[in-house]
Amino acid sequence: MGDDLKSIITGQIKRDALISSLKNGKRFDERKPLDIRKAEITTGVISTAEGSALVKMGKTQVLVGVKLGIATPFPDRLDEGIIITSAELLPVASPYFEPGPPSEQSIELARVVDRGIRSAEVIDLKKLFVEEGKVISIYIDIYTLDHGGNLIDAAALAAIAALKSARMPKIEGGKLLYKESVGKLDISGSPVSTTFIKTGDYWLVDPLLDEEYAAETKITIATTDTHVCAIQKSFGSLTKKEFLELIDIAFKKGNELRAQLNDL
Amino acid sequence: MEEQKLIVDGKRLDGRTPDQLRPIRIESGVLNSADGSAFIEWGGNKILCGVYGPRECIPRHEANPYRALVKCRYSMSPFASLEEHGRSGPSRRSTELSKIISEVFEKVIIAEEFPGTQIDIFIDVLQAEGGSRVASVTAATVALADAGIPMKDMVAGVAVGKAANVVVSDLGKEEDNLGQSDMPIAMAQRTKDILLLQMDGLLTKEEIEKALEMAEKGVNEVNALQIEALVKNYETALTEAKLKL
Repeated sequence: MGDDLKSIITGQIKRDALISSLKNGKRFDERKPLDIRKAEITTGVISTAEGSALVKMGKTQVLVGVKLGIATPFPDRLDEGIIITSAELLPVASPYFEPGPPSEQSIELARVVDRGIRSAEVIDLKKLFVEEGKVISIYIDIYTLDHGGNLIDAAALAAIAALKSARMPKIEGGKLLYKESVGKLDISGSPVSTTFIKTGDYWLVDPLLDEEYAAETKITIATTDTHVCAIQKSFGSLTKKEFLELIDIAFKKGNELRAQLNDL
Repeated sequence: MEEQKLIVDGKRLDGRTPDQLRPIRIESGVLNSADGSAFIEWGGNKILCGVYGPRECIPRHEANPYRALVKCRYSMSPFASLEEHGRSGPSRRSTELSKIISEVFEKVIIAEEFPGTQIDIFIDVLQAEGGSRVASVTAATVALADAGIPMKDMVAGVAVGKAANVVVSDLGKEEDNLGQSDMPIAMAQRTKDILLLQMDGLLTKEEIEKALEMAEKGVNEVNALQIEALVKNYETALTEAKLKL
């Protein structure tokens, strides 16, 4: 969402429309302010990836592919594996996404998803040690296919679903045999992120694209079933009281999605 | 010999006859944001295509006052193969394919109707298994039609070639890697003009003639599926576009 003149003008128009609709308790898609969209999660959609998941939330569609590889460990963590998360804002996902080097928005998306997974200690990096000088690297590639708002939560959900579905290739002579698997990748916990926006006096959860245009504040709070595991305030500001209230809602909404993840 | 195993008793590794295509599924209108979209599952290929335009040409100095520019970007995901994680960003291969696919559609899109604009074709190979360029052209044609962009003809493709000394249609991954020759072809459906043609390996003129015959049969089958996908899109009510990978 650039600060160009067009987005400033359309943002103001969308804000006015949204606020007048919220006075009747409804959002652009008839949802209540604190309702999330129904998430549809399909795993194992890409057979060449060790793990994959497609998540659809309304008009938003995000694909995550998980690949494993053998890498040299970081010099200060010789006995730990590596996680590399990247995000591609595919041009098919929005007329405003352009091919080329990663934009600020795609780097933020990848880093916020990465933080949730790392902090929640979903993967025990020490278990990814292979032999001296060799560790397993886990590549999490976020592919946004359709931007209908709230890419972060959809991507985070797809990432954890893809990891949970990932197979562990056989290791032989310090190499991965991609065609043979020895069970699943060892994953524990389910971090889920919940994104909020504020427009006027209203806080909304799981914003649509048009609601993101209308937003004055945007914040993402990722939770596990017991802890907050990542936070990203993008633009705007909020009070301490608001922040604490949002944490409660984030746990509640997170639990709804966690139940869905546990059923996979 | 590795090559000889590719065909046993007239049947190929996956049980197909020489001129039989892998299973193909095409769907159009699978994305909400793109002006037109299509998804193709062709054997082990899964390819998504989105089209925008005609829209403002950027950078503006590239704009042609007589016709729309057709720009194609073919790209392969880092998780598209059952090998190591791929690199992101354009490779020499994907840059070449982007160019030749752009040239296919420059020829069929009625670009004179939209001077000064550009039409973008974005192709993302999510999963690859040999023959992805012809599957991409096939999907892009459906996405362009879904976007309502006027074309003189539909384009369908198929790769033909030679494996274990037999001319075969729609080479699979092993045939592509271990076979003797690969010749991807895309044809305009109505005129049967050849719009995409590449070849590597060795073929005699007689083999090429046979391969062309097979290709024509193949593209006719593929084209029927393209039309089916477009018709199906208009049979159902307009709801949120749902991709089924």
